[in-house]
Amino acid sequence: MIALGQFLEVLIGGLMSGVLYSLVALGFVLIFKASGVFNFAQGAMVLLAGLALVRSLDLLVANGFSLWAAIILGIGFAAVIMAITAWLIERFVIGPLVNQDALTLFMSTIGVTFILEGAAQMIFGSDAYPLRLFPTDAWFLFENLFPGGILVNKLDVWGGFIAGILVAGLAIFFQRTKTGRALRAVADDHLAAQSVGIPISWIWFVVWLAAGLVALVAATVWGTKLGVQFSITFLALKALPVLIIGGLTSIPGAIVGGLIVGAGEKIAEVFLGSHIGGGIEYWFAYVLALAVLLVRPQGLFGERIIERI
Amino acid sequence: MLYREAGQFRTTYAEDMAIFPIRQDRIALAILLGIAFIGVPLLADFDIWPFGSDYLLRAILLPFLILALAAIGVNILVGYCGQISLGSGAFMAIGAYSAYKLGTGVHIPLASLDFAISIPPLPVLLAILLGGLTAALAGILFGIPSLRIKGLYLAVATLAAQFFFDWVFLRVSWFTNYAPSGSVNAPTLDFFGLNVGTPIERYMLCLIFVTVFAVLAKNLVRGNLGRQWMAIRDMDIAAELIGIRPLYAKLTAFAVSSFIIGVAGALWAFVYLGSWEPLAFSIDRSLQLLFMVIIGGLGSIMGSFVGAAFILILPIMLNLIPTQLGVPLSTETITHLEFIIFGSLICYLLIKEPHGFARLISIGKEKLRLWPFPY
Repeated sequence: MIALGQFLEVLIGGLMSGVLYSLVALGFVLIFKASGVFNFAQGAMVLLAGLALVRSLDLLVANGFSLWAAIILGIGFAAVIMAITAWLIERFVIGPLVNQDALTLFMSTIGVTFILEGAAQMIFGSDAYPLRLFPTDAWFLFENLFPGGILVNKLDVWGGFIAGILVAGLAIFFQRTKTGRALRAVADDHLAAQSVGIPISWIWFVVWLAAGLVALVAATVWGTKLGVQFSITFLALKALPVLIIGGLTSIPGAIVGGLIVGAGEKIAEVFLGSHIGGGIEYWFAYVLALAVLLVRPQGLFGERIIERI
Repeated sequence: MLYREAGQFRTTYAEDMAIFPIRQDRIALAILLGIAFIGVPLLADFDIWPFGSDYLLRAILLPFLILALAAIGVNILVGYCGQISLGSGAFMAIGAYSAYKLGTGVHIPLASLDFAISIPPLPVLLAILLGGLTAALAGILFGIPSLRIKGLYLAVATLAAQFFFDWVFLRVSWFTNYAPSGSVNAPTLDFFGLNVGTPIERYMLCLIFVTVFAVLAKNLVRGNLGRQWMAIRDMDIAAELIGIRPLYAKLTAFAVSSFIIGVAGALWAFVYLGSWEPLAFSIDRSLQLLFMVIIGGLGSIMGSFVGAAFILILPIMLNLIPTQLGVPLSTETITHLEFIIFGSLICYLLIKEPHGFARLISIGKEKLRLWPFPY
């Protein structure tokens, strides 16, 4: 019999790390929603943002800035870097490929991934750098109800909080602002959007910038948890099944998908993995995604695209 | 002037359908094969530069041949049939590990039935080919989702194969014959009494495999099946309307492609690595193969060779040229530069020349036909 306390603890831990997957998946959804491009480079963008932030922080603190000034300046610097990246990607890669089919665009983002990974590490160094912006100690809840209480990481709570704000902000941006509506128009049909006078290159810059900023947020949370290092790019690969499960075009889908993947893989790891060798976290999400694909190809919240295959 | 086909008339259907209808192409290919089959062993035998040391054979030609073979497999799936795959590394691993199991003897104890299935160690050649067959079966299995999904979704499905098999070969110790370190050694390469050990023998072995498979693949993609694949790639609904069964076409593409990739994986493990661990077939390998195909040319057998050569030679050049110029770069910088150059090249080629280097070569040939009068 599995103790309820242990189960709850695993569940909460899983849900919290799921929130972090959602943060990466959000960047994907943004770009896909607004340009129909499946952005393989999101993980590399998280790495770039994280490295820019952590390196500039170190430099500023070493030069005698107070911590708060350093944090504000560092985040500003990283945001500028992401803006430049967004502009470069739009100008030199995605722009020339306008109206190409989705696979070509996807493969070009694999190219972008490699450029970003190489450039980020060349400029900012390729070691693992610790980042400390949020408290990382743990709380023990309900100690009187369960033996030992339920362990909850403060950082995870912060992550959930930030993700909530981001989603609310993005939802308002997409639904209420003029640019948001233009973004959705571009996603539907590049050519039609251009012909009604929507400046497509500006829209794509905005989208990539937004994705870059989401990557920066993801990098601060992940970086605090794991340190900023190359392996952070593999998060992007974890975000793919999240997207498949939640639906490629849905922001709430990214969140729910992330929660499902996070909780599912932790529970599978703890209660199933111990029987078949452990480490099934690596593929559980993918098998879950495969199952969803076969039953409901558009994901839980995705728009149904009617297309014969 | 040299490359002109004037005066070469085809008088039979067989000539009209030849793989290389132009005489100069045939001569060039014959010379190339002559160098590969006779020239290289002779040069190596007499220790003539640059074959004096084993370095060229062992570190460049051997991986080139095997990766080119794998790239042909990937090209059949991605380039000819249009089904993007990020799981080629997994199929290489399946080929390698099943060939290893078959080459060292399979023992499946079915304790509950008081019964065990035992297969004695098979000859290496048979093990390699059967390894390819196992990979083909796995390919069909993971190709089944392609009937309902396509494009990006399929990429995720193949990624699932990649991560699942990475885990299987790392954690299920039956596949590694319970080796405590998780790394396994290939059985002795014994081909019907012929022992393959020295670099030149290994090179010849791979060369034979690659030549045979390249010719088979070239003919396959020219024939009925290849045309079906290309029709599916270009427009699946139209293909279905003209009577092509998507199920059959897609699954055969997955099977043939995985078979070739599996054989390449077995060769990579047995002939090139000798002893290996699952990391040799990680997602990086899959991406590397995909790059070879994109850079070399989607939908071109020759492109697979060009792409493989390019991806292998670029890092060596990056290492060599700055050292010659007196500014040696650190290994880290070289890795990062490699990343940047690969990435930029992929973007550049996708924008400017979606058919890769192979297309550039055929443009060159077109120009050569008219040379020196470009009209």
